[in-house]
Amino acid sequence: MPDAHSAVAAHAHPALAHHFEDLEQQNEAATLGMWVFLVTEILFFGGLFVTYLVYRSSYPGAFSAASHEMVIWAGTLNTAVLITSSLTMALAVRAAQLGDRRSLIWLLLATMALGCVFLGVKAFEYRTEFIEHHVPGPGFQFEGPYLRQAQIFFSLYFVMTGLHALHMIIGLGIMAVMLWWSIRGTITREYASPIEISGLYWHFVDIVWIFLFPLLYLIGRHVH
Amino acid sequence: MSTEHILPKRTYYTVFAILIACTYLTWQVAYFDLGALNAVVALGIAALKAVLVVLFFMHVRYGTRLTWAVIVAGVFWLTILLAVTMSDYLTRGWK
Repeated sequence: MPDAHSAVAAHAHPALAHHFEDLEQQNEAATLGMWVFLVTEILFFGGLFVTYLVYRSSYPGAFSAASHEMVIWAGTLNTAVLITSSLTMALAVRAAQLGDRRSLIWLLLATMALGCVFLGVKAFEYRTEFIEHHVPGPGFQFEGPYLRQAQIFFSLYFVMTGLHALHMIIGLGIMAVMLWWSIRGTITREYASPIEISGLYWHFVDIVWIFLFPLLYLIGRHVH
Repeated sequence: MSTEHILPKRTYYTVFAILIACTYLTWQVAYFDLGALNAVVALGIAALKAVLVVLFFMHVRYGTRLTWAVIVAGVFWLTILLAVTMSDYLTRGWK
């Protein structure tokens, strides 16, 4: 809650909404609000994860075989790319808090570039799966006894990674606004909240991928 | 403002190194047949990575109690969703 030290300096800041005591209180409210939103996101993705678990426990053989068809190097590379983008994002928040505008701009650009690399690799994977007829529907093909059940795996794969990619695209849009605000000078040492809040979103999307990676790419790897 | 919790760069680099090491580890372990343990190890490593991101990259370690309460509540409800649903599906074969 507000301390004596922050109340004086932050009093007349243009970014301070009238219903908050000071910027620190405003920042705490924004952080809490973002976390409430992220909790709804946890349960939104949670519904998909529970669907995955139900079908995987029902058809373990088919899920192993279908998971084996994933491009594992692409998934591993993308995991590393997203973790690196989380590092540049965390450093961007730090730069914003220190009022280091030059570093902030470069780190936001790096975060966006890594986000684009992720989406590029994902597009390459989707292309591979289209070519191999692994897209559920009338054209679906799958060697072996699991034709119908493997379609369930690939349906879940496309819905889960597709929704995750949509979150990435929205994240890139948010980062573009943050970049603009940083260049324009809206973001200052006193008012780094927008970068912090956007960072929470970016890290959350990273965490979703941290769980998608083992569930989709790794589960059938040891079966040959 | 956030002035009291600006972490040194070293903290971020350390967390990043652990996350990359965990990614490499989970990728390599996936090629060994550990039976039911494969899933446990893969999800355990994922959970460890998620906790590191939440605590350090997302600054929850230095967050308010209210933030903690919201996150714990969210994870609690997710646990209910997973546990109750799976307790049904995993026991349907029992006679």
